[in-house]
Amino acid sequence: MIINQKVSDILEVKFPGVVILPDEPHNDFIQIHPEKWKEIAKFIKTDSELKFDSCQCITGVDLGIEDGLEVRYNFHSMQLKHKIEIRIAVERKNPSIPSIEQVWRGANWLEREVYDMYGIRFKGHRDLRRMLLPDDWKGWPLRKDYKTPNIYNGMKIPKVRKGWD
Amino acid sequence: MGLVHAEEMTLNIGPQHPSTHGVLRLKVKTDGEIISEITPVIGYLHRCFEKHCENLSYEQVIPFTDRCDYIAAMNNSFGYVLAVEKLMDIQVPERVEYIRVIMAEYNRIASHLLALGTFGLDVGAYTPFLYMFRDRERILDLFEITCGARLLYNYMWVGGVSHDLPLGFMEASYRFLDEFEKNINEYHNILSYNKIFIERSADVGIMPKDVAIDYGVTGPNLRGSGVKWDLRKDEPYSIYNRFKFDVPVGTGIMGSVGDCWDRYWVRAEEMQESIKIIRQALDKIPREGNVHEALPKKVRPPKGSIYFRTESPRGDLGYYIISDGTPTPLRVKMRSPAFTALSALSEIATGWMLSDVLVILGSLDIVLGEIDR
Amino acid sequence: MGFLENRFEDNIITAKLDQILSWARSTSAWYFQFGLACCAIEMMATAASRHDLERIGMMPRSSPRQADVMIVAGTVTLKMASRVKLLYDQMADPKYVISMGSCANSGGPYSRQGYHVLKGVDQIIPVDVYVPGCPPRPESLIEGLLKLQDKIRKERPLTKKK
Ligand code: SF4
Repeated sequence: MIINQKVSDILEVKFPGVVILPDEPHNDFIQIHPEKWKEIAKFIKTDSELKFDSCQCITGVDLGIEDGLEVRYNFHSMQLKHKIEIRIAVERKNPSIPSIEQVWRGANWLEREVYDMYGIRFKGHRDLRRMLLPDDWKGWPLRKDYKTPNIYNGMKIPKVRKGWD
Repeated sequence: MGLVHAEEMTLNIGPQHPSTHGVLRLKVKTDGEIISEITPVIGYLHRCFEKHCENLSYEQVIPFTDRCDYIAAMNNSFGYVLAVEKLMDIQVPERVEYIRVIMAEYNRIASHLLALGTFGLDVGAYTPFLYMFRDRERILDLFEITCGARLLYNYMWVGGVSHDLPLGFMEASYRFLDEFEKNINEYHNILSYNKIFIERSADVGIMPKDVAIDYGVTGPNLRGSGVKWDLRKDEPYSIYNRFKFDVPVGTGIMGSVGDCWDRYWVRAEEMQESIKIIRQALDKIPREGNVHEALPKKVRPPKGSIYFRTESPRGDLGYYIISDGTPTPLRVKMRSPAFTALSALSEIATGWMLSDVLVILGSLDIVLGEIDR
Repeated sequence: MGFLENRFEDNIITAKLDQILSWARSTSAWYFQFGLACCAIEMMATAASRHDLERIGMMPRSSPRQADVMIVAGTVTLKMASRVKLLYDQMADPKYVISMGSCANSGGPYSRQGYHVLKGVDQIIPVDVYVPGCPPRPESLIEGLLKLQDKIRKERPLTKKK
C-alpha cells in the first residue's frame, strides 16, 4: 500500500505537523492530531490526487482502561479505487473530536453510532442524538468500564435467568 | 401545486408495520400526500453484537455474525472468517475455497429471492412472493443437507467449513440450477414486466450517483445507480478472480437510472450471475480434500487490526477487527451496508408520495438485524 | 367432501355449546404477524408456499385488532418491549401468545451480555406456548400452533366456574 505514504506526505506539506509519525514505519494507517481534522477531511475528499469520496466506516475503539479512546476512519475512493485508514486518539475524560458530518453525508449516522456507544462528542454535528439505544439510556455501553444495569424502566435485566440453567 | 395548502401532518410508521421489513420506525412529515421530511428511528433490534464479540472467543463470534444478517448468514460469516484468516495468515485448502464460494452465492440467490418477493409484497403483488419462496426453500434444502440448518448455519469456520459437501449435493445442485434458470424468466413475466409493478416502481425514488457515493451506499443499490462497483470484481477476495461473471448495473430501462425498478432489476440480474459462478465452481471444485485440514488448534491472532470488506448481498460488508493477542478480540465492528443504505432514505424519499415511501424502502432491501446489530 | 356427499337426510348434531364454540375458535385462529428478528423469516417461510399455514386455519393479519394469536418471533429488546405490551393490549379478547424461538423464550444467545435485550417476553406479557429453537423449524412452529389449538379446544368459556 503505497497510498499511505503518499497521503501522509501530501498532508505533511499541506498541514505541517498534523501527522503523528509512527515509531517504526508501516503501511497500515495514518495517525493524526484531531485539531484540524475537518479541514483535512475536506481536503482529502476534494484533492485531485486523493479523492476519497466515500466514507466507509467509522469505528470507535476503547483500547483499555489505562489507554484512551480512539476513532478510526476508513475511506475509499470510488474514482481512483484506493483506500486509507486514519486514526485519531481522543482522551477518555470529555472526549470530543471535530465532526465530518458535513463533509460526507454518510458520516452522519456513523458518527451518531460512535457517540451512542462511546460517548465521544462530535463537535459541529448538527443532530447528535442516541442512535440505537433509547434516549433515556445511561452510560456508554461499549466502553470497557461499562457496568450493565440491572433495571431499565422497571424491566429487570438479569444476567442469568433463574430456572433455565 | 400552490392552490391547496394542507397543514403539515406528522405520521408514524412502525415499529410494527408489515412493510418496514422488521422493526423500523419512520417519522414522516407530510404535506397532503407529499413527504416533506422523513426520519428513520432505528435500534429496536439492537442486540449488542459488538459487546458480545468482546466477551467471546473468535470462533464463538461466528454464530453471532450469522444472526446479524439473518437473510444472508453464509455471506456474513464468510466475511468474518476471511478477516480473521487474513489476520492469522491462514491458507485454506482449495476445496474449502470452492465450497465457500458455492455456499455464499447460493445464499446470495436466496437473499435476493426474499428481497424481490417482499418488494413485490410491498407494491401489492402476493403471488410472486409465494413463487419465490418455493425456490428459496429448495436452496435452504441444499443448505440443510449440507449442515443441518435452514437459516443460521454456523457453517464457515476459521480455516475451514464445518461439514464437507454431502453425497448427492452436486447432482441436486445441477438439477436445481437448471430448473431455477427457467423460473427466473417466469419471475420476469409475472413481476418485472408487470404493468402495475412498473408504474409503481419506475421513475420513483431516484438515487443519483453522487448521492449514493456520498452516503456510502454500496451493493445492488449503488449498482442500480449506475456505478460499476463490485468487490468480487474490483478487489477480488477468496477465489473470485477465477470466475467469469458480469456486474449488472442499472441503465434506466423503464425510467431513469437509479430508480426503484433499476435496483430491483440489478438484483434479478445478479441471480443470473450467481448461477454462472456456481456452475463454474461446481465444475472446477477439486473432488478430494479434507475440509478440516487447515483448522488452527487455537484461534489466537497476533496483535494488530484489520479492516476487511466482502460483497454481501446488500453491499460492502466490512469487519474491523482489533486483536490484542488474546483469544478474545478487543473490538469487532461490523460495517453494515444496510445501515448506510437506510441513512440515504431521508434524502431520496423526500418529495415523493406517501405510498412511494414503502416502495423505496422495499427497493433498498434493508435487514434490520444488520442495521441495529 | 367426496365420500360423504349426498348420503344423508337433513341432519342435526348434538354437542355441548361450549365444545362447538371452542372447536370453531380453535380452527380459525388468525395470527398477528409480529416479526422481530431472524425467527420472523422462519415464520414467513411457514406461512409461504411449502408449509402453508392457512391449511390449518391460520391467516396472517397485520393489525392486532383482527388477530387472536400473537406470535412473538424474535428478540425483544428493551426499546421494543413497551411496544410489544401496547400491541398485546390492543388485541381483542380472547387472545393467546406464542413465544417463538429461544430469544423470545429466555433471551437465547443474547442472554449473557445483552444489556439491551429483554430476557424472555413472558416478563411483560403472558405466554401460552413456548416454541424452542434458534430458529425453530417451520415444523416445530406448526407443532406449537397445533398445541395451542388443543389448548383452545379444551377451554369452556361459557360454563360457570366452580
Ligand atoms: S431465537 Fe435465534 S433465530 Fe430466533 S430471533 Fe433469537 S437469535 Fe434469531
